[in-house]
Amino acid sequence: MNVGPISSTITRLYGPRGWIAIGVCAALLFVVVPLLNLAVPAGNPLYVSAYWVTLIGKIMCYAIVAIAMDLVWGYTGILSLGHGLFFALGGYAFGMYLMRQIGADGQYRVNMPDFMVFLDWKAFPWQWWNSDQFWWAMLLVVLVPGLLALVFGYFAFRSRIKGVYFSIITQALTFAAMLLFFRNNTGFGGNNGFTDFKRILGFPITTPVTRMVLFAITGAALIGTLLLARAIVTSKTGRVLTAIRDAEARVMFCGYNTLHYKLFVWTLSAVLCGIAGALYVPQVGIINPSEMSPANSIEIAIWVAVGGRGTLVGAIVGAFVVNGAKSFFTQAFPEYWLYVLGASFILVTLFLPQGLVGLARRWRGRVSAPAATRVASAEGAGAFRAAGS
Amino acid sequence: MNAPLHAVSGLGGDATSGRVATGALDTTHGAVLYLEDITVSFDGFKALDGLSLSIDVGELRCVIGPNGAGKTTMMDVITGKTRADRGSAFFGQTIDLARLSEAEIAHAGIGRKFQKPTVFEQHTVFENLELAMKADKRVRRTLFARLASEEHDRIAAMLALIRLADAADRVAGLLSHGQKQWLEIGMLLMQEPRLLLLDEPVAGMSDEETERTAELFLSLAGKHSLVVVEHDMAFVGKIARKVTVLHEGSVLAEGQMEQVQNDARVIEVYLGR
Repeated sequence: MNVGPISSTITRLYGPRGWIAIGVCAALLFVVVPLLNLAVPAGNPLYVSAYWVTLIGKIMCYAIVAIAMDLVWGYTGILSLGHGLFFALGGYAFGMYLMRQIGADGQYRVNMPDFMVFLDWKAFPWQWWNSDQFWWAMLLVVLVPGLLALVFGYFAFRSRIKGVYFSIITQALTFAAMLLFFRNNTGFGGNNGFTDFKRILGFPITTPVTRMVLFAITGAALIGTLLLARAIVTSKTGRVLTAIRDAEARVMFCGYNTLHYKLFVWTLSAVLCGIAGALYVPQVGIINPSEMSPANSIEIAIWVAVGGRGTLVGAIVGAFVVNGAKSFFTQAFPEYWLYVLGASFILVTLFLPQGLVGLARRWRGRVSAPAATRVASAEGAGAFRAAGS
Repeated sequence: MNAPLHAVSGLGGDATSGRVATGALDTTHGAVLYLEDITVSFDGFKALDGLSLSIDVGELRCVIGPNGAGKTTMMDVITGKTRADRGSAFFGQTIDLARLSEAEIAHAGIGRKFQKPTVFEQHTVFENLELAMKADKRVRRTLFARLASEEHDRIAAMLALIRLADAADRVAGLLSHGQKQWLEIGMLLMQEPRLLLLDEPVAGMSDEETERTAELFLSLAGKHSLVVVEHDMAFVGKIARKVTVLHEGSVLAEGQMEQVQNDARVIEVYLGR
């Protein structure tokens, strides 16, 4: 029987050009930057300073969060405005270990974090059980955000809370958590959080080599996250997720239990954020409750919207462009940064529904595009449309 | 109809490939669907009022009735979207539809076409059929699912049947209204349902498309059971064997088309207008 040209769907991870681009990025992260930072003397024009290493490392953590956000928002249509919470929880979980690594080198020369001595605590509270073990910290980094997301997601998705209502609840969740972490009694250092880290796995944390190792691990995590997310969105599960975004009722009547699909992508997204937070804290050297502020979580959505929803690469681009602009503006014109951020979000929403990646694709004139470009294209409306519908 | 129907719409034997084993469909008494005394009210308004209905295996039943008669609500109750306040809905002898979720009901073997054609607009026609195809639809299996060549052939055969073979790679959102209707019917058939519920399947179709749809439904009857809700009386007249008239949430009349058309009460509430 002749049924005409039938092609299957995209199942491969990336084409040759994609792999070359990833290879170039990997070479930059694992070879070029380390050499320019460690082997080139400080006066040389090619020298990459510690400032830049830390800044790029930090933004790579944000890029992991942005990919995680794109999975739930760009592909599944669930707009979370509380992803900063999962990021912060991962950061706190690893921060506890870093606090224990300070040992007796704190202000009070006691084998206990300074804030506990200051509060006149005699013993570690239960949350700190086993916190001097690296493996336990790693476990918490994954389990705490993962379990919270699983439980919260189960009740929210089972009750079929959708769109803007879901977004508002996630805002409330992160705000509530911030208030909780501000309290000294919660046991995580109150509004000062954790800082003054000295060591990680016994290595001094501020040396150039340690910094570079953290940088490289973050780069590897970012590339790994991108490939994992790409594998998911090109699988049949990825097609079910976008189908949920576009017509959830039809997906249910096709026999898919959409609750399980949403829980899967939502929990995975939270775990990725937790890992990003754990990589962020040792590089930046501080974690405090302000990471859970509602504005931080909204900014994550802006990164993805600016870069381009439903493209994965756009999430990385958005994280770098917005945070690059942020570090420039907050130094050069600190009072204008929030105006720039707000204006860029409005402009992107109105004129670039597919973000910068969509713009680049349009310029290259790729009309017959692969699955990723179809995402959110037909709508042309605001960035919140996919979540609100 | 030149496409090989048997290749794509054989009776699905077991209905348990999904998440929850719902038990095999038992149709020993000849009926595939029983609704008894179903009542649904929204804020005091009774959308369904003591509705009783049974559909035989292989039957093609047309359901007609004026707006607000409860046709769509009836489909909502059967597919688990709306829960009945009173009464029972059974699929076969043993499967209690009131206890199952939408996805479980779909797995048990009931497929539904919405009033407004609902396809995945951002997916290609091919992907739409792939997603609908009967398979293990749990997350873990779906994550690693690869299209077998036999499955590929089934999609190809369905594309031919619904005359969208040339549009396989087109994004479904770009199809015409009639093509979307056909794609949705194709998606239903990919699920290999025992019972198909079709809500206004020929709305927005050209005369030729309507004609072909009638042929398709007539060829499906026997292998599947079909319940067709439709306003287009010419279409109903073409395919109808037995017609049920709903009025104000319950059955007003039931029987052959001519018989129903000559019923005085039916003429008064519906046909006469």
